[in-house]
Amino acid sequence: MMLRIDDLHAAVEGADGSQPILKGLSLEVAAGEVHAIMGPNGAGKSTLAHVLGGKPGYEVTAGTVEFRGQDLLDLDPHERAAAGLFLGFQYPVEIPGVSNVQFLREALNAQRKGRGEEPLSGGEFLKLAKEQAALLKMDMEMLKRQVNVGFSGGEKKRAEMVQMGILNPAFAVLDETDSGLDIDALRVVGEGINAIMRKPGKGVLLITHYQRLLDVVKPDRVSVLADGRIVQTGGPELALRLEEEGYDAVMADA
Amino acid sequence: MPEAATLPTRRDEAWRYADADYLSNAHPDVVNHWRVLDVPAGETRFEYTVHRSGPESDGMVDRVRVHVGKGGRFEAFKVITGGRYARVELEVTLEEGAHFEFGGVTIGGGEKTQEFVTTTLHAHPGATSNQTVRAVQWGQATGNFLGEIKVARHAQKTDAAQDFKGLLLESGASANAVPQLEIFADDVKCAHGATVGELDESARYYMAARGVPPELAQRLLVQAFIGDAFVELGDEATREKLLDAALEVLEGRV
Repeated sequence: MMLRIDDLHAAVEGADGSQPILKGLSLEVAAGEVHAIMGPNGAGKSTLAHVLGGKPGYEVTAGTVEFRGQDLLDLDPHERAAAGLFLGFQYPVEIPGVSNVQFLREALNAQRKGRGEEPLSGGEFLKLAKEQAALLKMDMEMLKRQVNVGFSGGEKKRAEMVQMGILNPAFAVLDETDSGLDIDALRVVGEGINAIMRKPGKGVLLITHYQRLLDVVKPDRVSVLADGRIVQTGGPELALRLEEEGYDAVMADA
Repeated sequence: MPEAATLPTRRDEAWRYADADYLSNAHPDVVNHWRVLDVPAGETRFEYTVHRSGPESDGMVDRVRVHVGKGGRFEAFKVITGGRYARVELEVTLEEGAHFEFGGVTIGGGEKTQEFVTTTLHAHPGATSNQTVRAVQWGQATGNFLGEIKVARHAQKTDAAQDFKGLLLESGASANAVPQLEIFADDVKCAHGATVGELDESARYYMAARGVPPELAQRLLVQAFIGDAFVELGDEATREKLLDAALEVLEGRV
């Protein structure tokens, strides 16, 4: 099992104090599997993504997360990345004054260093970046610009996938990567996910609201997250049922 | 002690944030000394300086009075890394159509007080000035920018800009901006802005999620922050040298 989440409870610090969001969430994702998580607003989908990423302010109060045989919760956020975890952000962050090329080269070489590998030279890195940008049909000029600054919503999501291609993680948690994309961009991003992550040793946790991304990235398993717990798991047909009947009807049967 | 009377004190507006211990122990000849620089009409003069000081030093004061002739240009790019009290003061008088370009960075921790003090005299029409100051402080340190702009009655078409940003890496550090505008002409543009903030937590998390360790993320963010002060510095090698000198003092602290 690549990712094993067991009875996870987590709270988020907010203005009104600490709010419990995840309430006993259990989930497994095997190598070679794309596992979609669907669920209504406020169910805890983004919280799950950020707990796995180790975001400050997200406190795990009970439960365990095992990632490739390691205790994930014991690692700092940057160590999780070096261990092979990639978190695709719903709202990618702008970093004025830092170029994509500089940022990603530093990130990749920091990860390689963490794994005891040699750093890539400037030339090697640019070659890799060019290949991955082309895969997502992104102009290389955009990678020379500041991280996400002045990018449209769709460009940010595309840039996230270019980052994923460059970093080549073993496992990706993609938090509403489809939001803000038009139909054409959705196809490009979906095919990018397939090209980068559809490999025997890799896994994906695909958090989404809608079926449309799942038409391109066909999930092996689909789970429904509601009120901080997984309430139902099934095959791809479950996503289609959700699309047709809505969460309430499907959850009433659960 | 008759000579004590000639020392400035913190009751003087331009010395209000100065280190009181340094002032009371300083020699008046040092504190009251002004270098003089004359920029002939139509010519350009530069000052690129890193103001360092050893751990034994209790401080330094560097004051320069500059006169820029008609159509001339004076560029000063300066980094203060020293302490315990370090003050760099520029008094610049601009003739018709002259330009004053200033980029300054204070960076330091401990008990340091580091400050830039500028007085820009737009004495004649059509002169321009642009000042960008960045302060990065931690520990109990303080970074200050006191910037006075005086526009004479007949100095029409003056264009003066001043921008200050402070970045506090720890609570306990502080930054002060004191813009002072004295404008007697009516057809002028004077812009000034001042903000003080902390490192962007979401940018740090985003970088960590890509595998960038905290100390490297901080370096990249600080580099981007202070880079603003050197945007107008054309010579890349000099810009690198000033940036490196500033970032050097960040090493070993997170």
